[in-house]
Amino acid sequence: MTETQVFEDLEQILQQGLAALEEVKDEAGLQAWRTAHLGRSAPVMQMFSRLPQLPKELRPQVGQRANQVKQALEAALAERGEQVRAASLQQKLASERVDVTLPGRQPLRGRLHPETQVLRRIFAVFEEMGFQVFRSRDVETDEYNFELLNIPAYHPARDMWDTFYTTRPGVLLRTHTSPGQIHVMRASAPEPIRAILPGMCYRYEQVSARHETQFYQVEVLAVGKNITFGDLKGTVNGFARRMFGQNVRTRLRPSYFPFTEPSAEMDVECFVCGGKGCPVCKGSGWLEIMGCGMMHPTVLRNGGYDPEVYSGFAAGMGPERISMLQSRIEDIRYFWANDLRFLEQF
Amino acid sequence: MKIVYSWLQDYIDLSGYSLVELARILTMTGLEVEEVQVIGLPMPANGPLEFKFTGLSWDPEKIIVARIDEVMPHPNADRLVLCRLNDGQEEHIVLTGAPNLYEYKGIGPLPTPLKVAWAKEGAQIYDGHQPGQVLTTLKRAKIRGVESYSMVCSEKELGISDEHEGIMILDPEAPTGAPLRDVLGDAVFEISILPNMIRNASVIGVARELSAVLNRPLRMPDTSFEAAGPAIDGMVSIQIVDPDLNPRFMVGLIQNTRPVPSPDKIQRRLTLAGMRPINSLVDATNYVMLETGEPLHAFDYDKLVERAGGKAPTIITRAAKPGEKLTTLDEVERELDPVMILVTDTAGPLSLAGVMGGLESEVTPETRNVLLEAASWNFVNVRRTMNQLRLNSEAGYRFSRGVHPELAPLALQLGLKRMQAWSGAGEIARGVVDNYPRPHVDPVVTLTPAEVARQLGVELPAEQIAGLLRSLDFEVSVEGGRLQVKAPPHRLDIGEGIVGKADLIEEIARLYGYDNIPETRLSDELPPARANRALEVEERIKDLLAGMGLQEVITYRLTTPEREARLRLAEEGPLEYIRLANPISPERVVMRRSLLASVMEVMERNARVTDRLALFEAGPVYLPVSGQDLPVEAETLAIAMCGRRYPEDWNQPVDARMDFFDLKGLLEALLEDLHIENVEFTPAADPTYHPGKCARLSAGDVVLGTFGELHPEIQRRYDLPSAPVLAAELDLSRLIELVPERFETRPVPVYPAVLEDLALVVDEDLPAAELERAIRQAGGPLLADVRLFDIYRGEQIGAGKKSMAYSLAYQAPDHTLNEKEAAQIRQRIIKRLEHTLGAKLRG
Ligand SMILES: [Zn+2]
Repeated sequence: MTETQVFEDLEQILQQGLAALEEVKDEAGLQAWRTAHLGRSAPVMQMFSRLPQLPKELRPQVGQRANQVKQALEAALAERGEQVRAASLQQKLASERVDVTLPGRQPLRGRLHPETQVLRRIFAVFEEMGFQVFRSRDVETDEYNFELLNIPAYHPARDMWDTFYTTRPGVLLRTHTSPGQIHVMRASAPEPIRAILPGMCYRYEQVSARHETQFYQVEVLAVGKNITFGDLKGTVNGFARRMFGQNVRTRLRPSYFPFTEPSAEMDVECFVCGGKGCPVCKGSGWLEIMGCGMMHPTVLRNGGYDPEVYSGFAAGMGPERISMLQSRIEDIRYFWANDLRFLEQF
Repeated sequence: MKIVYSWLQDYIDLSGYSLVELARILTMTGLEVEEVQVIGLPMPANGPLEFKFTGLSWDPEKIIVARIDEVMPHPNADRLVLCRLNDGQEEHIVLTGAPNLYEYKGIGPLPTPLKVAWAKEGAQIYDGHQPGQVLTTLKRAKIRGVESYSMVCSEKELGISDEHEGIMILDPEAPTGAPLRDVLGDAVFEISILPNMIRNASVIGVARELSAVLNRPLRMPDTSFEAAGPAIDGMVSIQIVDPDLNPRFMVGLIQNTRPVPSPDKIQRRLTLAGMRPINSLVDATNYVMLETGEPLHAFDYDKLVERAGGKAPTIITRAAKPGEKLTTLDEVERELDPVMILVTDTAGPLSLAGVMGGLESEVTPETRNVLLEAASWNFVNVRRTMNQLRLNSEAGYRFSRGVHPELAPLALQLGLKRMQAWSGAGEIARGVVDNYPRPHVDPVVTLTPAEVARQLGVELPAEQIAGLLRSLDFEVSVEGGRLQVKAPPHRLDIGEGIVGKADLIEEIARLYGYDNIPETRLSDELPPARANRALEVEERIKDLLAGMGLQEVITYRLTTPEREARLRLAEEGPLEYIRLANPISPERVVMRRSLLASVMEVMERNARVTDRLALFEAGPVYLPVSGQDLPVEAETLAIAMCGRRYPEDWNQPVDARMDFFDLKGLLEALLEDLHIENVEFTPAADPTYHPGKCARLSAGDVVLGTFGELHPEIQRRYDLPSAPVLAAELDLSRLIELVPERFETRPVPVYPAVLEDLALVVDEDLPAAELERAIRQAGGPLLADVRLFDIYRGEQIGAGKKSMAYSLAYQAPDHTLNEKEAAQIRQRIIKRLEHTLGAKLRG
């Protein structure tokens, strides 16, 4: 074997290896190529084993060259490997494409009843102002529902509430959350009070799209030594701004409730039409949101607070009505009908 | 209350204010205007419609006053006439079928021309031939060969009343050619009267409120008349048995009068105010009631004399006797009781005081002599009378809210004067008979500006306060900064002492204007902060349940025992309920005792809508307690589930129905998330549930409730798919109490766990919970986790046996367990279970 022959062989090994690598298209080919061109019996490896048969002076040069060829093949393999993997990944990804417009697999969802949702919003607004939730009973006495609230029997104001009476004398279904005023005052006197009284109320009324026999009410009560009609305005207007929008206009209009004096109805500018008039506000531009007023001295006294020293205010609203206005609900009967097609929209 | 605009202007000058402005002022004074009906007057220009406007505006160009000079027969139709009509400029021939013109047909030029409302082509009016109010535009047409381009109008066509029998004949003084709206245009404010403002259920009352806020004088009607008749003394006497029932009774007399139709203007006003004109005598009583707020009652005097055997009648007011009867003027014989007050004479009851007159003594077309009553009555009795008899009347509406006795003289004078004027006949007797045993004392209240400021938050000087109150006819004196305020003699809503102060402060706020009181932020001391733990935990529970895929529902709390009994077996016997005395619907007669029964109904109603139902409700049930008036309102949690575990979907391969373990797993997860410990599920027997799929849930000693799969016999009563129905009813209060305020965490393990599986063959009826408990006990503290992953039954292990395969994790907090340690634990578990439960390791 001549000196040149050895170097030519090496060059050929390199060129053949590189050429074969060009043909490799996949992972299996890479493996086969590695075995053929870099495996134990690969030509370049054979060359190493032939080194001892070469003349002594040639061995370093040939060894060095064989090493270069081996490294070149290894480098080419690495590079080709990258190319092949990139190509096959490309192919795999292409084959895995899904129709992203197919419907998703939704987690099982439960929801809170819209009543719970609106109550929580109302509570949150008043809790920020330092009010605390206080609950009281549905089945009440005439005394708490009427008499202690300055509504004696046969008082003209009794017309304001169509009452469900029970077969037990003096026991009725509360017509409003106001009996809670007496409960909370008697539980708190003489401490100041800032309370929210939510609860189910009942009226003897034909059920229609606007009236229910059963409905929620949220009452707001503040009692202290220094509470004024101005504070009442500030509180209910603050509530309206938080609930209906920072720039909403409101107005208080004189009204009458036996347990407050002066009494008022609060209207907010219709947030559907911005006050221009629409079917929701029946063209008036205003929505009646709550009744309110300064606590009547008789009620304060019945609650255990001296009306010469203490004053307070109360306000009451219908959360269903607020929810109906905000979500454009046409019929109050949806609330307790519990049709999932309604509930699942919240 | 319908307040007629033109009538209101009798008592106050309203010039310069539009209808909208007046409606706004009234509303902001507490007289809420619900609707404004225009009769001919222009509607407000477009823009925000603050108030609901109804009615018809008359085009001033197209609807005018015209003069009919001659009524001529129609050449081709008997029932039509041709009018020779003059609009002040030219003559027109107008076709009409109005029967009230027939009498003038063919008599030549009318000696007194008729003034009519004439609508020209293009005018908008109501269609007289259609029921209700249907707008139509007048068009040119040929009727029976005669060209017609205009018409003379009926009241109905103009929106004044429903009258369409004939055309409207106007006052002969109406100026020909003038726009009709300038002559007859009017409006009606529909005002909602607050219970404490019954004084404003009258035109004068409303005028007085406007006079106060507009600062314009109130013009009271002239009550003077010539009393041409004899003195009333000796012609009637009055006895009041109980002044508490009847504080005042006064009468006047008019003789030789007669009932005739009232003047057009009066009839129109009454109609617009919602009352039907009858005749001059009856109309006078109604008109004065609407005007002053004091209901009057007219008796046929001759009938009273007749009942008294020809002598001067004696009128006696008293409580009715039990069983006494009276036929009221609506021709209903009514059984009376002692709560009712009667006006009687020596022959018996005459009228139901304050509510309705009797038929016998009422004014008839033959009446010539009228005894007119103005009285005041105890409002409680009037109210109870109306309630008991289910009888409403305009008089009762007012008397049941309180009418001041000082209104009687004014109303009586006006009534007599108008009877005479509108009948055009009669002599009014001199004087009145006035029995007023206990004159009303109007309260006097002392008030200081500081007291006003304490309530309203605005400092007003004493003189300003006095001025506001005086504008509503309060008598006010100011001395040393204190106000002495006497209530005016027409209102009963002002109290004494501190209540009186509050009443006055309300009037001050109302007149000062709520809008003018500045808004402030609460600056008073805050109450002590207290947690409402029950609410907080309840809300947390709702969030958890919703997070687990349950939909919250809120149901009616009223139901029937029968509806609830669907969930119970018949043998269980009746339950006691809180029952309504006056249910409005047969479907809602008692307060519920079962929350689950309500939720089941929701489930049933939704079963057609969806194939997966998972619902919960948190709320009270009402449990009567013997010896107590009020029930326990027990906060309860009900859960019901039925149908697919996962909704049917293109990419949801599992088509499984929910079963017992879905509900159990949910409850486990709920209690775990609430950090409740020592939770236990034990087999339970409850006839509502499947006997083999019912468990009691408890934590420690506290039983929370029962749950399971509904008994097939119970489920059969509901219209539900055949899948199992899982249901739970838990004591929510107890559940809330069990939730600890705090919970502790364990450190995250540092050393890896040794995992291994263990399959144990045990008796079929060994409860899994017992087996797991035994494994945990045997495993000791190094057994970190036990999880059942398979149950196998089959020949290999033999009948009556089951193989329970557990995945166990052994773990020490301080080092990595080695093989030997793990093997020791394993051996301990196997040995113990063999010994105590006869368990065998499955090979
Ligand atoms: Zn609107």
